[in-house]
Amino acid sequence: MNLDFGQFIPSIPYILKGIKVTLQIVILAGILGFALGIILSFFKISTVKVLGWLADAYTSVFRGTPLVLQLMLIYYGSPQIFGYQIEPYTAAILSFAMNSAAYISEIIRAGILAVDKGQKEAAMALGVPYGKMMWDIIMPQALKNILPALMNEFITLTKESAIVTTIGVTDVMRRSYQAGADNFSFFEPLIIAGLIYYIMVMVLTILGKALERRMRRSD
Amino acid sequence: MIKVDDLHKNFGKLEVLKGITTSIKEGEVVAIIGPSGSGKSTFLRCLNLLEIPTSGQIWISDYKVTDKKTNIMKIRQNVGMVFQHFHLFPHKTVMENLTYAPIKVKGLSKQEAEKIGMDLLDRVGLSDKAKEYPTRLSGGQKQRVAIARALAMQPSVMLFDEPTSALDPEMVKEVLDVMKSLAHTGMTMAIVTHEMGFAREVADRVLFLDGGQLVEDAPPIEFFENPKSQRAQDFLQKML
Ligand SMILES: Nc1ncnc2c1ncn2[C@@H]1O[C@H](COP(=O)(O)OP(=O)(O)OP(=O)(O)O)[C@@H](O)[C@H]1O
Ligand SMILES: [Mg+2]
Repeated sequence: MNLDFGQFIPSIPYILKGIKVTLQIVILAGILGFALGIILSFFKISTVKVLGWLADAYTSVFRGTPLVLQLMLIYYGSPQIFGYQIEPYTAAILSFAMNSAAYISEIIRAGILAVDKGQKEAAMALGVPYGKMMWDIIMPQALKNILPALMNEFITLTKESAIVTTIGVTDVMRRSYQAGADNFSFFEPLIIAGLIYYIMVMVLTILGKALERRMRRSD
Repeated sequence: MIKVDDLHKNFGKLEVLKGITTSIKEGEVVAIIGPSGSGKSTFLRCLNLLEIPTSGQIWISDYKVTDKKTNIMKIRQNVGMVFQHFHLFPHKTVMENLTYAPIKVKGLSKQEAEKIGMDLLDRVGLSDKAKEYPTRLSGGQKQRVAIARALAMQPSVMLFDEPTSALDPEMVKEVLDVMKSLAHTGMTMAIVTHEMGFAREVADRVLFLDGGQLVEDAPPIEFFENPKSQRAQDFLQKML
């Protein structure tokens, strides 16, 4: 095997700058997706049937089609959807947020349903209104239980974000690919990209574990 | 204080309460007993609308509970409830369990709520546990905290649904003692219980439910010494 990382040293700062792009997309999409996921999960447990159907249909569509297709639909379809061409970066955040909201809403729904029914009754018996009960009593307990699953989803998002390359966002993946094209050798820069993704995932995993420990302090 | 008139509750086709009529005076302690499935819990849960009555009327204090226009939340703030399995909030400390509703629902300041909380913890003998999380408490301690939590809303009625049934035998007494002293303060209490000794000693009246009907309503001595109905006689035979 003929590996020459030396010729890529000048490209490394360029590739590393992609970490910022990747993280920006993943974090913004993660936050938006989480917020949308909470709303969808509330729809799913709502007694208003129409809301439940809407949320289920949403989930079904976003889970039933490829993420890369959703990305391209939003990016190339934006003139028809929004009336103007949006930035690739924006399209990436939007599609990832909407896609992960589908998965996150399922995770949160299961988390809420797994909280002991007595908690709701105790809150109701104290005269706590629904909104406060969900926010202060049910959600904190649900989140604690689903934290590992949420972390998993976030890690998946980080890795999957590499497909933004297809619409021209200069993330870690695209920058490595460009470095490869410049030097007519793809193997080494792709390995560098792989390392970067792996380290990002490891850092996320460690952060997740730390967060989990913090939340378990009441046990 | 509490008035119940021809209360019915169905779960689908199942008729659980078949027309209960009774009343509880201010400061009265009423024990509700009866076989499993007779509707004791359902009756209690109708009083604070954890179950919505199918028909019939309930008044508590000056509120008509069963009136659609009545604010359910206001009723519930005025009626404390203690459950068999405590249902403390596990992610909150003992003090936070006590102060959450007073702060978030009644709008008390943190200081006011904590002062009330501390007094109550003192009363149930757990002032040293204020900062603990519920998982660190024994069953008896959890139930005493649950009683204090309900009292922190300063309700005028307290409902208890088998408060000692989930406890190890050696912890039953500490909870019953707290309830006894609460009864002595003049609190209006409705207690579903299998503790016949306690009912006999503390209750002013015993309601005996069977098959969704109020079969007997009598002072404890009368009920335990010579129950009128065959059903109560059979039940007591099995219990004692
Ligand atoms: N939410 C519900 N849905 C359907 N049926 C119910 C529901 N709650 C109670 N029931 C039924 O109503 C009947 C009375 O139940 P309830 O819990 O009031 O009895 P209980 O007297 O408290 O019994 P126990 O001593 O076992 O606690 C039972 O047959 C029970 O299965
Ligand atoms: Mg019961």
